[in-house]
Amino acid sequence: MTETTKVAGAAAVSLSGIGKRFPGVIANHDVSLEVRPGTVHALVGENGAGKSTLMKILYGVQKPDEGTIVVNGATVQFSSPSDAIKHGIGMVFQHFQLADNLTVLENVVLGAEKLHGIGDKARAEVRRISEAYRFELDPDELVEDLGVGERQRVEILKVLYRGASIIILDEPTAVLVPQEVDALFDNLRELKREGNTLLFISHKLDEVRAIADDITVLRRGTTVTTVKPDEVSQHQLAELMVGEELPSPSTAESTVTDREVLEVRDLQLTDSLGRAVLSDISFKIHAGEVLGIAGVEGNGQTELVEAVVGMVKPTSGTVELSDEDVTSWGTRDRRESGVGYIPEDRHRHGLLLDAPLWENRILGHQTREPSVKGPWINRDGARKDAERIVEQYDVRTPGIDTTARALSGGNQQKFIVGREMSGEPKLLVASHPTRGVDVGAQAAIWDHIREARRRGLAVLLISADLDELIGLSDSLKVILRGRFVGDFDPKTVTPQQLGAAMTGAQATEATGSGQQAGNVRRSDHGDGPTDLSTGGDA
Amino acid sequence: MNILRRTALVLAAPVLAIVVAGVLTSIVLLTVGDSPAAFWETMLSWPENRSLVNIINEASVLYLSGLAAAVGFRMNLFNIGVEGQYRVATFAAALFAAQAFLPGVLNTVATIMVAMLAGAAWAGIAAVLRVTRGVSEVISTIMLNAIAVSMVAYLLRKTGSREGQTIVTDTIPESSWVPGIPLLPDSVTDVYGLAILAVIAGIAFSVVLNRTRFGFDLRATGGSESAAVASGVNVKRMVIYSMLLSGALAGLIGMPNLFGVSHNYGSTIQTGIGFAGIAVALLGRNHPLGIAGGALIFAYLSEQANPLGILAGISPEIIAVMQGVVVLCVVIAYEVVRRYRDRLEQRSVAEALDASGPSGSGGSSTKEVTA
Repeated sequence: MTETTKVAGAAAVSLSGIGKRFPGVIANHDVSLEVRPGTVHALVGENGAGKSTLMKILYGVQKPDEGTIVVNGATVQFSSPSDAIKHGIGMVFQHFQLADNLTVLENVVLGAEKLHGIGDKARAEVRRISEAYRFELDPDELVEDLGVGERQRVEILKVLYRGASIIILDEPTAVLVPQEVDALFDNLRELKREGNTLLFISHKLDEVRAIADDITVLRRGTTVTTVKPDEVSQHQLAELMVGEELPSPSTAESTVTDREVLEVRDLQLTDSLGRAVLSDISFKIHAGEVLGIAGVEGNGQTELVEAVVGMVKPTSGTVELSDEDVTSWGTRDRRESGVGYIPEDRHRHGLLLDAPLWENRILGHQTREPSVKGPWINRDGARKDAERIVEQYDVRTPGIDTTARALSGGNQQKFIVGREMSGEPKLLVASHPTRGVDVGAQAAIWDHIREARRRGLAVLLISADLDELIGLSDSLKVILRGRFVGDFDPKTVTPQQLGAAMTGAQATEATGSGQQAGNVRRSDHGDGPTDLSTGGDA
Repeated sequence: MNILRRTALVLAAPVLAIVVAGVLTSIVLLTVGDSPAAFWETMLSWPENRSLVNIINEASVLYLSGLAAAVGFRMNLFNIGVEGQYRVATFAAALFAAQAFLPGVLNTVATIMVAMLAGAAWAGIAAVLRVTRGVSEVISTIMLNAIAVSMVAYLLRKTGSREGQTIVTDTIPESSWVPGIPLLPDSVTDVYGLAILAVIAGIAFSVVLNRTRFGFDLRATGGSESAAVASGVNVKRMVIYSMLLSGALAGLIGMPNLFGVSHNYGSTIQTGIGFAGIAVALLGRNHPLGIAGGALIFAYLSEQANPLGILAGISPEIIAVMQGVVVLCVVIAYEVVRRYRDRLEQRSVAEALDASGPSGSGGSSTKEVTA
């Protein structure tokens, strides 16, 4: 291993000509990247653009097939993460690697006992780092008592404790709520001020523009360009990532009719502990109308969707489909009467991962043509219709005998959307329909929803992407702690106003002062998608 | 080419498992000072016709047992209770058949129905407990096995009569017996007439699972319960149905012997078939053809082990060891092969999409899947 010697003025990290191939896939090719010391360098790209592979190479988890890595002026070759740590490179993973039943101190020293022992010396060091960067962590607190933001700071502290000065953060904001994102950014600025170098992986462009000094765009496994955040607009940046004109979710003209498709009245739901999860939920959706529900995750959206689809029984209240009381109906009956359902977690609720695509075509349509004939499975019908979905919805797959697991997240989602649109549903319940999906697939999904809406589909849309909500919806409601706390007109509402309502601040106050509104992910262009992908799993 | 590769992958795991189990068994024999050569000579010698018939008979019974277990497995239900269901059903069937409510063949058919109902009812207890009270079917079926064994013994004592060393129920009227099939010459035993039940059950199993809505719901629930719920499957109902089905199949296990050979239920009834069925289902990957292969292998090993003591001076119990090792190995081997296949498939997807060009419509042109 080469000795690390700091060369003045040299880049903290310099990658050139990096290539990495997996069987049948080129993950990286000809990647070149220059990271200036003491800066925040963002790495952006769509899912599958090769960001993670590149960072794994830099952290010694993967070995590159070609190219050179220069750290602080010295050429290095890493064969394991411990080599990387020796050269001052640390990585904070998206999924925390902490033991809940241990204290902060114990988690930090775990595996690094040789540095400062495990006693008072280590405790003093943890305290020193925590104070230096204002992490506000108590070394003796149990990790299970910490919030998500604090846990993340423990992860960063772990890396600093091991002497890292170049820190890779893999989508650190994916797990954070807006306030925590702000706090994290304060920490990152502090880290930068102390001379650390930060590599920040993300696909949330507003965040990237807020924190980064340099932004490198990755597309299809290679570096496209490196830009300064103030030189490009968010829209331009997104186009660099995609390599083409960006789609917009906005719908042209209203297609709302006065035919009621779904009416929910006074829905209440209490969980097993007797807490109210949903209270006084009432709304109507008409044919050709998209009703968007905005809210910070975990405020009852999941339960609302499950109550509408029939997966949970409400404690009280009624659900009516086309003026028919379906409150006591199960999921199958509701689906048969024309409810399509795009679940928020496609792996858990949307697919049989180990079954071929054509069998997945039958899922949710077990009682309807063309997948069945009477009590029999209609193989030909299901296969033919699976072919149709693959074609119409541009699902990239070698064929319909491929298992669902083998497809990328975006293609899985396109298949689900195609399936749920089959058989002319009258109501579509779409929960985060474009989460974790790349921009191309997102545009296609939006188009399909718009097209079906034009034909009279009623849509209940739940999303964390405010631009998607504003762009697709005909009316908007905000849900907070299981209650609707506001109605908005998507034509006039701003993301700030929505964000304020979502977090419980009064809309009137929030528009002026930044605190709450600033937390909300928003775009500079009302028509461009900000949150290119919120989910980590592609 | 494609099919060849697929078949090779399917067969790789069980073949690998049997080879490894053979090696391990040989090591055990060497360690205790027995001769592996003599062992293999006996095991691999071509069975006599009499033995062949026994293998077929044993395999047909194991096959029914394997199917019963597989119905549960396909839905992630662990029906350990096949043994108990089989005992209860066979006993009930013997009692019913001996009453001769119906003449001749009608009595036979009705008795088979009774056996299926009795097996289903016994399995149904576990199903109801699971659905209404959340009792794991693993626990309840194990308990029900113990209860079944004791209860049948108790009832046998009450209703049966002593015949030599054993207690037996009344004999079935001769008009309802099912004659054996003299498949091979110069064999003292015939193939069970009701071995045909195994064939029928195997075909029915395959058709129901792969071609019907019910089978799809069952497999979907096994594949992902959460996805099944979201698709509208009533999982509780499926638990009840599949346990009943499993129990009904378990009820068939005793029929070939009851109508073909013993003609009554006695305290010498063959034990352990229900548990062997679980192993056979695992070995055959819950696939109707696979289970048939597993049943034949297990039956072959058991039958060939009989002369081990006389010919090779090795205790035949070694074969139970080998059967156990086969099952352990096969579980591991399937997992290894599955991972390999997943990787192959992912690679072929990537290749196909690469070939169609990054912006090309990979969806419209259907390509060959090579995994």
